[in-house]
Amino acid sequence: MTELTDLTVAAIRTGVAQGDFTAREVAEAFNANVAAAQDALNAFIVATPEQALAAAERVDAARAAGQPLGKLAGVPIGMKDLFATFDVQTTAASHILEGFRPQYESTVSQKLWDAGAGMLGKLNLDQFAMGSSNETSHFGNVVSPWRRAGDTARLAPGGSSGGSSAAVSARLCPAATGTDTGGSIRQPAAFTGITGIKPTYGRCSRWGIVAFASSLDQAGPMARDVTDCAIMLEAMAGFDPKDSTSLDLPVPEWEAGLNADLSGKVVGIPREYRMDGMDTDVVKSWDDGIAWLRDAGASVVDVSLPHTQYALPAYYIIAPAEASSNLARYDGVRYGLRDLPEGANLQDMYAATRAAGFGDEVKRRILIGTYVLSAGFYDAYYTQAQKVRTLISHDFKSAFSQCDVILAPTTPTAAFALGEKSGDPLEMYLNDVFSVPASLAGLPAMSVPAGLNREGLPLGLQLIGKAFDEQGVLNAGLAIEQRAGFTAKPERWW
Amino acid sequence: MSDDALDRMVPELNQILDWVEQLGSVDVTGIEPMTAVIPNTLRLRDDVVDADPLTGGNRRDAVLANAPAAEHGFFGVPKVIE
Repeated sequence: MTELTDLTVAAIRTGVAQGDFTAREVAEAFNANVAAAQDALNAFIVATPEQALAAAERVDAARAAGQPLGKLAGVPIGMKDLFATFDVQTTAASHILEGFRPQYESTVSQKLWDAGAGMLGKLNLDQFAMGSSNETSHFGNVVSPWRRAGDTARLAPGGSSGGSSAAVSARLCPAATGTDTGGSIRQPAAFTGITGIKPTYGRCSRWGIVAFASSLDQAGPMARDVTDCAIMLEAMAGFDPKDSTSLDLPVPEWEAGLNADLSGKVVGIPREYRMDGMDTDVVKSWDDGIAWLRDAGASVVDVSLPHTQYALPAYYIIAPAEASSNLARYDGVRYGLRDLPEGANLQDMYAATRAAGFGDEVKRRILIGTYVLSAGFYDAYYTQAQKVRTLISHDFKSAFSQCDVILAPTTPTAAFALGEKSGDPLEMYLNDVFSVPASLAGLPAMSVPAGLNREGLPLGLQLIGKAFDEQGVLNAGLAIEQRAGFTAKPERWW
Repeated sequence: MSDDALDRMVPELNQILDWVEQLGSVDVTGIEPMTAVIPNTLRLRDDVVDADPLTGGNRRDAVLANAPAAEHGFFGVPKVIE
């Protein structure tokens, strides 16, 4: 029999419902994997094995009593430590929130528990979700379970949802939550050979998610395949009156709607994403993806997104601007860290608390954000960036008048080594070049594994859809998944 | 921030600001700055007390539960009036 920890969300759910194994057995198996990998991978900030067992026992009891089971009954998951979880430490991987135990539950996590999922623990991430390599966490780097062939260098699992990507690919959990502000679900999914989808902005409630850049932040699932992502997303999405930008729309039945037949669909290939000096393995995987989508019945057209090159600089004005405003709340008064030097007044306390509580990347972004919002520079930076954002959104609208879904690489390269880019913030930012435009336009976008590069590392392909058309994205993803035949998994060294 | 930290960060911040300068070259004539990425209208909640019990009143202890210095049902802070 396959090990329980190798099963997908769908297989666990079915096995529990049919009585092939109990939810408790599943939770125990994953709890053991979480514990065994912690020292090497550092994917979790806090493990909650007792919560996973308690949820499993509720599912087993419900099944024994003949009660209906939820969509995720018996499935233990990892929760990115950006989601507030009742009385369980929630840190955003920062020192300033160390020890913070929310007295409320985020909407998304509550929906997952209501669907029968259990929590294995809180997953590590880049501090306040700011980073692309998981090297900015106060609780240490996450190490990818993947290694280059014949090499033991420690690789980045991507970021910011790097604990989530490492945990899913290392079989520490069958699925995890992520959040995506500029690529934080898709880039780590690509780096670790898993699947992740960021839905249309507003599909998942932001209530109870530690805010980074509110006009961009969006939760989504990370799992091993497209079907599992559809199952998870269905449980996570839905209107929430507590989030002012929540979409008041019914949640489609994405799982039931999965269909890899793309007859009549048109796939757009954005010519501006084909850049000079691009990694040849990435180019090849993109060409493979085009062939697979044609094989699934789609026709392929060239499209143009003329303002692509301006997406990253616009993002690195807008996101820090919003972050500087959102992070003003951490003042050492109401929750989290307080640093009160001897004889200090209130202003000194604010300064000391924030100096001690935020890491370098967070400080960088707060400073940039404050600067671009300052009176003399607001129009030149922030207003200009918001206008460029409108143009980027127009680019996608006009491209989608010619196609149904866009195919592009998720990242310009496969995973890089820890330390390789952390000395140069700008070089790190450039890693998000393919993921940021869809974030700025609020569009649904997903990454699916396409294959391995010459060093044996996973590469991801990105599908970007029209607003509200998660189904189109999932279906094209499924068509690629069925043809890519991606079965590689990291060889266990931890 | 310490002088050391600032010495390290100033060139990085300058590099980032130099890089975003390229946005100035984009022609944005007649373009409105984006205010909402997905068109949506702001809702008003019902004008009643405790419309949502979680964000309504009478939650003092939960609100103070994580305060570094909660005293007598209030947030404690250092002296603010000299």
